[in-house]
Amino acid sequence: MIKVEHISKSFGGIRAVDDCSLEVVRGSVTGLIGPNGAGKSTLFNIIAGLFPPSAGRVLLDGEDVTGWPAHRLFHRGLARTFQIAQEFSRMTVIENLLAVPPKQSGESLFRAWFAWRKVIEEERGLRVRAREVLEQLRLTHLEREYAGNLSGGQKKLLELGRTMMIQPKVVLLDELGAGVNRTLLGELAGEIERLNRDHGYTFFVIEHDMDLIARLCDPVIVMAEGRVLTQGTMAEIRRNEAVIEAYLGTRRQKTAAQARR
Amino acid sequence: MDIFSAGFLNYLIALGTMSGIYAVLCLGLNLQWGFAGLFNAGIAAFFAIGAYAAAILTTPESPNHLGGFGLPVVAAWPVAMLLSGALAWAIGRICLKVQGDYLAMATIGIAEVIRLVIKNEEWLTAGTRGISNIARPFEALPTPWNALAFLGLVAALVAGIYWAAERAWASPWGRALRAIRDSDVAAAAIGKDVTQFRLEAFVLGAMVMALAGALSAHYFKFLGTTATEPMMVTFLVWVMLIVGGSGNNRGAILGAALIWVIWSATELLTNRLPGEWITRTSYIRVLLIGLLLQIVLQRFGKGLLPERPPRMIDDRPKSG
Ligand SMILES: Nc1ncnc2c1ncn2[C@@H]1O[C@H](COP(=O)(O)OP(=O)(O)O)[C@@H](O)[C@H]1O
Ligand SMILES: [Mg+2]
Repeated sequence: MIKVEHISKSFGGIRAVDDCSLEVVRGSVTGLIGPNGAGKSTLFNIIAGLFPPSAGRVLLDGEDVTGWPAHRLFHRGLARTFQIAQEFSRMTVIENLLAVPPKQSGESLFRAWFAWRKVIEEERGLRVRAREVLEQLRLTHLEREYAGNLSGGQKKLLELGRTMMIQPKVVLLDELGAGVNRTLLGELAGEIERLNRDHGYTFFVIEHDMDLIARLCDPVIVMAEGRVLTQGTMAEIRRNEAVIEAYLGTRRQKTAAQARR
Repeated sequence: MDIFSAGFLNYLIALGTMSGIYAVLCLGLNLQWGFAGLFNAGIAAFFAIGAYAAAILTTPESPNHLGGFGLPVVAAWPVAMLLSGALAWAIGRICLKVQGDYLAMATIGIAEVIRLVIKNEEWLTAGTRGISNIARPFEALPTPWNALAFLGLVAALVAGIYWAAERAWASPWGRALRAIRDSDVAAAAIGKDVTQFRLEAFVLGAMVMALAGALSAHYFKFLGTTATEPMMVTFLVWVMLIVGGSGNNRGAILGAALIWVIWSATELLTNRLPGEWITRTSYIRVLLIGLLLQIVLQRFGKGLLPERPPRMIDDRPKSG
């Protein structure tokens, strides 16, 4: 579904992603883990077209989409959430969802002025879907709240909700669980499983909650210092010396740095 | 002062007409800033293009400037708007792709270029001498009906633009723009072509501003380089929109009327100052308006009529 070939990305002197190659197989829920600063979010941003890589290729469904702008990738069925929630803060919760579906005729000013009836009709349909999504996310009571007033966890839910407004082929979730209450997170994991099983959506998931990763993801890819360290089932990953070293290694560096201060 | 005197009536009509012209400018700026978060620091450029295009296209032949096209007003105004829209499109194509404050800098620069062109290219604009003999619609009518009819025309245009802007605000087009304004990366991630939407809002706003310029040229029947003054056009319009409430079309109209009335009142005030102060009045007035802006923002952080999300299309408000 997604194939990343020898991707590198530098910010100034920092090599955030360093000659990274991996594949997300169609129909899988693939996990991406690794210590903070490993380059996971940067890789997501490159795949989703937020910025182009310094080197390498990205293939979506076999097509070379390197350097495509984000909005074009969305129309090819790629949806995503952000690690730091990017809600439309001065729009209501339901408007955040209504904005998502593509090809709304009311997005043409001409039709907004001269074919208002059609716009209203479409809007009714969108609203039904948006309310279903809000129901699933337990956000119904906040329908008319400004999205900027939501808690951190609720904003992440809203981001997930946006991806549920369409039928994407592949969804990138960047630390969905951060700030979301455990019970609800469990339910959402169930929803992800269902969408994957019944609708064949592919998921690519960055997550720090190892239990969630173990439940959802196969395979799991481990990144460290901009590179892919290893890949396998969660059980294999847990036994892998290099992974333990990568996680502990950063921890050791941190303790050492703190000790030096 | 006899409130029934002809002089006072004329004064009121003038206040109303100018408020209306500024309301058009403010509605245009609201399309750019309130809807799309685009910072236009060169409103005067688009206003001046509209004014000069309308004047040049409608005035009789003159040795002082380009002219003699003799177009009727209804034909000249759309041309004026298209010219301004074309300039906005060119600027937008270059600046809207890049994030950040490029647009602000570019619009400041363009406004300065336009100001210098108008001042120096005398074959085109008659430079500092200005263009006179601009016809005003309805001027053949007896007084005060001529002025009243022009006021009516301005009011009708304000109403029409208000309607169009409200519809745009309530539509998915406006929703996409607000999304882009709040987070352009997230808007792109849900498939919105950020550059294209921004370009539409910027061009549309610039066309509306040009219409205000055209109206003002015909209203004063004379057009000089003052039309390009950043103070009287750009700064004052920004104050109007911020005071009235950006992101609110009614706020734009209210802010325009209110600030114009206050601005005119400060003229009465400063005219009574002793002689040696007269030369200082221009900046004293600006200072007063700046002070007023501060006071309003202290009390009404989002303007007198703050932005509101549109009523959901065809959705009954929850009864309760
Ligand atoms: N926009 C940016 N500008 C500069 N440096 C960045 C930027 N984004 C990420 N980085 C750097 O790239 C490295 C990888 O970051 P990131 O991809 O966010 O890691 P992860 O998501 O795995 O925690 C970090 O050192 C981070 O500081
Ligand atoms: Mg990250």
